[in-house]
Amino acid sequence: MSFVPAGMTRRHFMRHMAASAATIPAIQFMQHLQVHAETVKKNQKACILMWMGGGPPTIDIWDLKPGSKNGGEFKPITAAGTQISEHMPKTAAQFDVLNVVRSMSTREADHGRGRYFMHTGYVPNPTVVHPTFGSVVSHELGSKRKELEIPSFVSIGGDPGSPGFLGMSNAAFVVNTQGRIQNADTDGMDAGRFRQRLAMLGTIEDSFISSKRGEAPQAHKDVYKKAIDLMTSKQMEAFKVDKEDPKTIDRYTNAGAPTGGMMRAGGEFGRGLLMARRLVEAGVPFVEVGMGGWDLHANVFNTLKDRNLPSMDTAISALITDLKERSMIKDVVVVWMGEFGRTPRINQDVGRDHWAASWSVMIGGGNLKGGTHVGATDADGLTCETKPYLPGDIWATACHALGIPTTTVHTSKRGRPMKIANGGTPISELIG
Amino acid sequence: MRTWSGSRLGCWVAAGLAIAISASVAITAEESGSKGTKSKASATNDKAGSDAKPAGKMKREEFTTGSSDVLISFINEQIRQGWTDNEIDPSEVAGDGEWIRRVYLDIVGHVPPMEEIEKFLNDKDRAKRSKLIDKLLDDPAYVRHWTNVWTNLTIGQQAPQRVSRKGMEKFLREAFTKNRPWNDVVLDIVSAEGHFEENGAVNFLLAQMVMPDDGVLATAKTTRLFMGMQVQCTQCHNHPFNDWQQRQFWEFNNFFRQLQKEDHRKYDAKAGRMVDDYSELKRRDGVADHVTYEKRNGLIEAAYPRYFGKDVVDEVAKKDKDGWDVNRREVLGKLMIDGEKSLVALAMVNRMWSQFFGFGITKPVDDMGPHNPASHPDLLDRLGGEFVKSRYDVKQLVRWICNSEAYNLTSQASKANEEKDNPAAGTSAMFSHVYLKSMSAEQLYDSLIVATNAHKSGRSSFEQAEDKKRVWLRQFVIAFGTDEGDESTTFNGSIPQALMMMNGDLVKDAISAQKGSFLNTILAETPKDTDRIRRLYLTALGRAPNPKEAKGAQDLLRVNSDKLAAYQDMFWALLNSNEFIFIH
Repeated sequence: MSFVPAGMTRRHFMRHMAASAATIPAIQFMQHLQVHAETVKKNQKACILMWMGGGPPTIDIWDLKPGSKNGGEFKPITAAGTQISEHMPKTAAQFDVLNVVRSMSTREADHGRGRYFMHTGYVPNPTVVHPTFGSVVSHELGSKRKELEIPSFVSIGGDPGSPGFLGMSNAAFVVNTQGRIQNADTDGMDAGRFRQRLAMLGTIEDSFISSKRGEAPQAHKDVYKKAIDLMTSKQMEAFKVDKEDPKTIDRYTNAGAPTGGMMRAGGEFGRGLLMARRLVEAGVPFVEVGMGGWDLHANVFNTLKDRNLPSMDTAISALITDLKERSMIKDVVVVWMGEFGRTPRINQDVGRDHWAASWSVMIGGGNLKGGTHVGATDADGLTCETKPYLPGDIWATACHALGIPTTTVHTSKRGRPMKIANGGTPISELIG
Repeated sequence: MRTWSGSRLGCWVAAGLAIAISASVAITAEESGSKGTKSKASATNDKAGSDAKPAGKMKREEFTTGSSDVLISFINEQIRQGWTDNEIDPSEVAGDGEWIRRVYLDIVGHVPPMEEIEKFLNDKDRAKRSKLIDKLLDDPAYVRHWTNVWTNLTIGQQAPQRVSRKGMEKFLREAFTKNRPWNDVVLDIVSAEGHFEENGAVNFLLAQMVMPDDGVLATAKTTRLFMGMQVQCTQCHNHPFNDWQQRQFWEFNNFFRQLQKEDHRKYDAKAGRMVDDYSELKRRDGVADHVTYEKRNGLIEAAYPRYFGKDVVDEVAKKDKDGWDVNRREVLGKLMIDGEKSLVALAMVNRMWSQFFGFGITKPVDDMGPHNPASHPDLLDRLGGEFVKSRYDVKQLVRWICNSEAYNLTSQASKANEEKDNPAAGTSAMFSHVYLKSMSAEQLYDSLIVATNAHKSGRSSFEQAEDKKRVWLRQFVIAFGTDEGDESTTFNGSIPQALMMMNGDLVKDAISAQKGSFLNTILAETPKDTDRIRRLYLTALGRAPNPKEAKGAQDLLRVNSDKLAAYQDMFWALLNSNEFIFIH
């Protein structure tokens, strides 16, 4: 291979050759090169979902009830125009761009069902698998970003759910916070040989695809194309958090509390958010970062103040600060949620159980208004006193921030029209 | 367990028998006369099926796996009735190459060895399909495969801390080896007590006890897995769609209140500290006869042990022969398996049906009840009854399913059924063609071992081989942040799986060109290139190459000076193909 286009590494060129041999006709191939030659667009819209697996006790984090028997041990502090937990001081200082939605009322208090409902906006239904919202964004924005060579929906230690009828090519790419992508290297195999393999593979795949076996065989081929794209992309650097300045890593991960197994788990969330920022910079439109350990049926207050909240406070505040410093905050919408909240009543094990009737979600950035709360629960946290919101409303608000029209309708495999975000409405108090 | 069932590309099957030409079947054939034009479709990919009949309607009526069990006629009639009622025309009978690959993967969990395929294709015995089913049910790999399946169903792919995967496997292995009646297996699991390796049955419940929750998760998981009922949401309120009441949940939960887990530790002299030893499931004595729960209106209510309205509080109040409180879970287990069509039987029939067809007779498979009508209610009902009559004979159940016409159809849809019968897109499953299923990670692993003869090297013991596989499987598991031990897998057709197949060690080893490797051996034993190519295709896909593929392969050999490398690339492509990874 004597000719390599200017600005491309040999490896990179090989990727194009390989992909073109397998799947892309010559004209498209040339267009692909031209698009790539353009500067990667800055300031692209993106969403970072912070997923609190297990169901976080939002009554102790975002919607405190001092004076109530349900109030627990923590006190509220001021956060811009509202109040949040005293154990979230750094986040409180960044709250000018964040908001709490305090009147979530979502019915589903089982982990599996809640996870599905919050991620998709739809309650589980045996006749259709709804796409998780990351897949929706991948479908809407990722497909338009031709320069993006890595998956347009990444889940970092998260719990992403299915792409449903949007297909496996919009599925989450799941990685851990170490950012090591297994098997992403051909081990220095000769480009010609790899191309030969792919050509042969193409023949077998096409013949199976054309034999009327449903949609799965084509999906398999689409996913392989994405995997091949990724294998030789420079954008894979975005997964390597260790390329960051150690000071930056420290800012995201060091909660300043005693070290040990507990803290390490918290630091992982910070690493995940830092990786999310890198991915968003590379053009990935949706990143989900998971933090577990919220299923606090027992010992809720000690766990929160010694473990969960310090590391979460550190990670979220570092992300917001970083996004502000890089002038990304107006383009990146951040959403914080779990499957459900937790019971206002404190149980005999000093824990809180599953509760979906009245709880909170946090949302901000992305040019939404900030520094406030929307909705309210009663003095004991038992019911919503104002208009209740559903996950569809949160995702519709995110759509607004991302520039995806809320009138968008997808079609299920069976031909059923499905409104984006289940027809939810952007929360008026948060949009301009 | 994972509730995002949609990400799994479900399914399969094929079929074509019609053992007894009953009146109703004959009428169906008459009515379907107009569609007998599709025989060309099935030829595309199935040259290997040398005796695949061009499926005109008369040929179809003559087809049988060779089994003479009358229940199979009943299954076929029920499925055909569904086709008639929904105006769906079935696909053709699968060719032998397509079918043998499927039945191997489904019953013994791996692709058939090449020599078995060749033997089967050349076998002229009209009863060869039913004979093969019987043979596979006696294969040791049957035990391994179903032990895998049920271990994953009972304790998850990654067992929680303080749960013994080995113990669970040992219990299930013995159950499948002896073909123990399923009611006995369920009773053992539900009522189990003891050391987690000495009585492996305890691990199912231990895996539901990762947090102190008064047996709530154990209640929900037991009813869901063994009775096909999802009642988890009724702990807080009445079920929105069926008759389950909140009270009923706690009545069931009452049976699980004696659960007590004891984690033992021991001193490790080498490490100089205490380390985990065994865990055991014990019975708490002196537990109150009722449990209390809070209704939505804040009132506290009491729930006594009761099984669908049958009051057993007196029975539970007794002492056992050793003077302990009676084991309430044993009382429950006996009620669960009681009756001519127990829920345990119906749930197992439905579960096994879905294992083979990709979709159950209800969808989802573990949410049965009046709120979720079955696609073939009479079939489910009768199979449940017959399963009980057979004394819960699991192998017999597999025989009924695999000898059915539906299971012997091709996975190629036809114009006449691809729209109307597409359960992956949300229609009811009508089983007019076999739905594709994705191989599980275990099926892939075992298939590559078989396809490359690695099992014949005899270098490692059964235990070692299983351990190695377990390590490999771990890379795909994603644990969720809940205390319920929820997990998912990246072995789901996504990018990590594609990367693993393209670049991972498993496939690298499978296509190794070293001395004594599969490729080396097959090339040495097969002189002609056309035969070599055919054998690689048979090994990977259970069929011969079509003309286009054969030409491509020949071209590849011509342009490569290194023939072995060319064969490696060919085998790599075969193992990476959609046709390989799907069960069809």
